[in-house]
Amino acid sequence: MSLTAFLAQTLRIAIPYLLAAAGGVMSERAGLIGLTLEGYMLGGAFCAAVGSYAAGAPWVGVVAAVVGGAALAMLYATSAIRFRADQVVVGIAINLLAIGLTRFFLRLFFDSSSNSPRVPGFTVRGSGTGFIALLQNPLVWIGVLVMPLIAWLLYRTPFGLRVRAVGEHPGAAASVGVSVAKVRYLAVALSGMLAGLGGAYLALDQHQFTDGMTAGRGFIALAATIFGRWDPKRAALACLLFAAAETLQIRLQGSDAIPSQFVEMIPYVLTIVALAGVVGRAIPPAALGRTPSA
Amino acid sequence: MSMERSLSTLPTDPPTPRTPPSARPLLPSRATLEEAILPPLVALMLAAVVGDLLILSFGQSPSAVFHLLLEGTWGNAYGFGQVLYKATTLVFTGLAVGLGLRAGLFNIGAESQLAAGGFTAAMVGILLPAGIPALLCLPIYLIAAALGGGVVGAVPGVLKARFGAHEVIVTIMLNFVVLALLNYLTSEKFHVPDTLHTAELKSGALPRLGDMFAAYHGSAANVTILLALLAAFALGWYLFRTRRGFELRAVGLQPGAAEYAGVDVGGVTWRALTISGALAGLGGLNFVLGYKHYYEEGFATGAGFLGIAVALVGRSHPVGIVLAALLFATLSQGGLAVNALVPKQMVDVLQAVVILAVSTSVPEVRRLLRSVRRSADR
Repeated sequence: MSLTAFLAQTLRIAIPYLLAAAGGVMSERAGLIGLTLEGYMLGGAFCAAVGSYAAGAPWVGVVAAVVGGAALAMLYATSAIRFRADQVVVGIAINLLAIGLTRFFLRLFFDSSSNSPRVPGFTVRGSGTGFIALLQNPLVWIGVLVMPLIAWLLYRTPFGLRVRAVGEHPGAAASVGVSVAKVRYLAVALSGMLAGLGGAYLALDQHQFTDGMTAGRGFIALAATIFGRWDPKRAALACLLFAAAETLQIRLQGSDAIPSQFVEMIPYVLTIVALAGVVGRAIPPAALGRTPSA
Repeated sequence: MSMERSLSTLPTDPPTPRTPPSARPLLPSRATLEEAILPPLVALMLAAVVGDLLILSFGQSPSAVFHLLLEGTWGNAYGFGQVLYKATTLVFTGLAVGLGLRAGLFNIGAESQLAAGGFTAAMVGILLPAGIPALLCLPIYLIAAALGGGVVGAVPGVLKARFGAHEVIVTIMLNFVVLALLNYLTSEKFHVPDTLHTAELKSGALPRLGDMFAAYHGSAANVTILLALLAAFALGWYLFRTRRGFELRAVGLQPGAAEYAGVDVGGVTWRALTISGALAGLGGLNFVLGYKHYYEEGFATGAGFLGIAVALVGRSHPVGIVLAALLFATLSQGGLAVNALVPKQMVDVLQAVVILAVSTSVPEVRRLLRSVRRSADR
């Protein structure tokens, strides 16, 4: 197999991971568990398909995906911050809600229980799967640039400093006049938009929405967030690593070298190993999962 | 995790000096009941409103749809049998999650523990010779299913106790690992050609309700439901009547205080997650012993996650869990019943709304009730 083809396919698979994991880093650094990435992605993919179909323009789909991801994120943030509900429970509910709503509205809008009709995307049909085709897609550019942008936002701006502060020690942040709730709402909204974009990439790349099309990619993005130790640069590398493993699995299909199921396990096993601290312990933001009393 | 604590506690009033400490009130106090029952009621009302909106958006009449939903679940023996069948699995996964919550631990792995328990039971079923009476096989199957789920539960338990790895993330990640492994074993090693399931058990299948009562004919309900009720009773006994259960609840309430009092917190942690996994694993018997008599890919997809909802609505109490399992089983069977009028996916939305509403209203309702009581006392 040619190296360029391998790299192009790896990048193509990595884009939604990069977008969603960027959202995961934002959300978790602010102290809110990123279990909901899967739901944001699915919602984003569906909104992208509906928007692109209705307007006949993929950009409308992208905007719809950002709005849809942000809407789910605000529901999560409101439950977890305003009502102080448990983040894990609410996160699972948001994911179930995304599955249910996309299925329901798939029936309502398109009268189908499996997929939407073909929708316009960014890539021209027949332009292949190489780098040339990828570079036509603006979402690929956003995906490549998103992690450096998030790194700049987190480490070089006042807002980023506040995000890290409310994720590590909300009490201390509040004592110097930072509105913990406001910073958390913003970070979670941004995380919903980014993961929604990841979903939009999936739907527009395949020119349709299919039921459950994210297929656990949000959880792989969460795994990349944790395996990357909540740091944008390392999380980006984790995304590329997981995508390369997946590409290898696709390329090896048919040969009996390694069963595909074992390649599928790689991101999850690596994350468990990282959490157990066998090689370099992954230590989460101190206030992750906790909502301070107002 | 502030909610874990509030989930796992049914607050009791401070003991009045006149009652000796050994005498327990027969009924929970009014305050406890209010705090336990109000949030699910709020949630059901909200779910009904959302359901109405969805039904109206599909151009149907809400009353007709809800009527059909009740008719297709509690209105006839077949539908009710299906509700019982689904509830049986949910009781097991609900108990599994509930036990974890009592210890302050979140087991998101019930999904894969359930599948693992079903798989090990089916494997044992292939090995057992034909013609052994069901009652003799049952203990072997119980051990096999509990082991299958228990091993999957022990991994996050040990990782948490030994390395402090967060059990939520480990159980989520382990779900994918275990399901991929089971997929490999089923599709590559043990499947019957041209199917996605293993060979049938040779002996030890449990009778279905349809075999005993003609009205239930065709429904999947089977005597595993008695095992589920037994498990609920046993868990209640363990939690509220044994030293180990007391230690477990103490760790769930205040790990620091429990440790100071001499409780081995690490031991409680891995024990709780292992038992939790074993309980979820036993749920696999409902399908493997009671219904199809083989292991099949995705035989109870979603039941592990719904177990979280069941434990939450049932407030991690065995009685509450059984009732909540019936509620969620009714919803999911009801979805099939109304599919002719509105997409059955409406039910997925309603289940999510119930979880959201319960989890957001529990802290809020408690706060409101307490401020009302305080002002009444004054």
